[in-house]
Amino acid sequence: MLAKRIIPCLDVRNGKVVKGVNFEGVKDVGDPVELAIQYNKQGADELVFYDITASYEGRGVMLDVVRRTAQQVFVPLCVGGGIATVDDFRDTLRAGADKVSVNSQAVKNPKLISDAAEIFGSQCVVVGIDAKRNDKGGYSVFINGGRVDMNLDLGDWVKEIQERGAGEICLNSIDTDGVRGGFDIEMLKFVCDRVSIPVIASGGCGTIEHFSEVFEQTDSSAALAASLFHFGELTVGEVKDYLKKKNIAVR
Amino acid sequence: MIAIIDYGAGNLFSVKNALDYLGLENKITKDADDLRKADRLILPGVGAFADAMRMLNESGLVDVIREEVQKKPLLGICLGMQMLFEKGYEFGETDGLGLIKGCVKLMEPEGSLAIPHIGWNKLEKNEPCSLLDKCGDGEYVYFVHSYAAECDSKNVAAYCDYGMKVPALVFEGNVFGAQFHPEKSGETGLNILRCFAAL
Repeated sequence: MLAKRIIPCLDVRNGKVVKGVNFEGVKDVGDPVELAIQYNKQGADELVFYDITASYEGRGVMLDVVRRTAQQVFVPLCVGGGIATVDDFRDTLRAGADKVSVNSQAVKNPKLISDAAEIFGSQCVVVGIDAKRNDKGGYSVFINGGRVDMNLDLGDWVKEIQERGAGEICLNSIDTDGVRGGFDIEMLKFVCDRVSIPVIASGGCGTIEHFSEVFEQTDSSAALAASLFHFGELTVGEVKDYLKKKNIAVR
Repeated sequence: MIAIIDYGAGNLFSVKNALDYLGLENKITKDADDLRKADRLILPGVGAFADAMRMLNESGLVDVIREEVQKKPLLGICLGMQMLFEKGYEFGETDGLGLIKGCVKLMEPEGSLAIPHIGWNKLEKNEPCSLLDKCGDGEYVYFVHSYAAECDSKNVAAYCDYGMKVPALVFEGNVFGAQFHPEKSGETGLNILRCFAAL
């Protein structure tokens, strides 16, 4: 059976890796290619590069970073941030990415999901979602790095994403992101109950126990974390050893 | 030199990157002479069976491939592995290269497992095969596919379990096929490519 995946996420701005707390107060911490090589050695199952500024400043994705990483790292690479067209998908895949993640632009233009899935295959289309609890007891989808409320219901959106042929959903909870109190179990359950495509848990991981918690309590296929790994608090290897002890299948 | 056969389908650069990283001389090529000069061939492939076979036929390389596999090893990867079989049933029935007996059909796993089969799954060794010399039983490799081979167990070096027994690594004489992507399967995948280069 499939192993649960541990995915370090590298938020990239101007060719450097950054990590914000609740998307504010960004600080620089390193070279993305170097970090990618480190994570690969630690046993990362996949790597995500996310251009955090591109979605609202119109910057292109870091194709050169992707190209250099693909020459030295032999696990799947996913790239997101600023992807708006089928041509962006093509350029990113040609640079060596295996998957492309689309977020804000998919909300504005859902046809992008179906077009990309048809041309490049579902396996390379990942839809990232930033969602937050609303005052009606549900969840709302936000865009532009969690800044803009689209008044779009999360349940409706994930069903549409699946129908349009996306291969995966990467669910980031704005409520838990950067706070390090654990993944948003409730929100993840809500989404896993509504789709059959794999769901990647993102946002909120702060301790090693949070990884076992998300796999024991939800049907998430993968867990994504950023700061925890690249400030060196935990290695991917330590997380996987821990999960093995908990009888969770990992590579 | 390892010739990476370029017939218009698939992501050739990730295979090239992996061979470059391993220091193995290689060339992405659609030139029949390169295939004759090479000491090994790799047939990559991403996409649909019928389309890819059409492109391979149009490339004029099919006869050369058939001749050269009498003399040198060939590794098909993902769709390139599927095309080694006699027939494929993706968008109708299409003839494959027929280098290994069997056909390729849509996966029908038990339970409610999602198709495509995407992710890291375990190799379960079956028949002994030199490509797995550096690989222990139960090592994980990376799969992305919806169709799978149906063939004799004697041609299967390793299966993986995805609600059905999926032929993961197949072989017949000089001809080898990996349903997974060795170029995306970390150290285990690189070791399989090393073994292929050492045949």
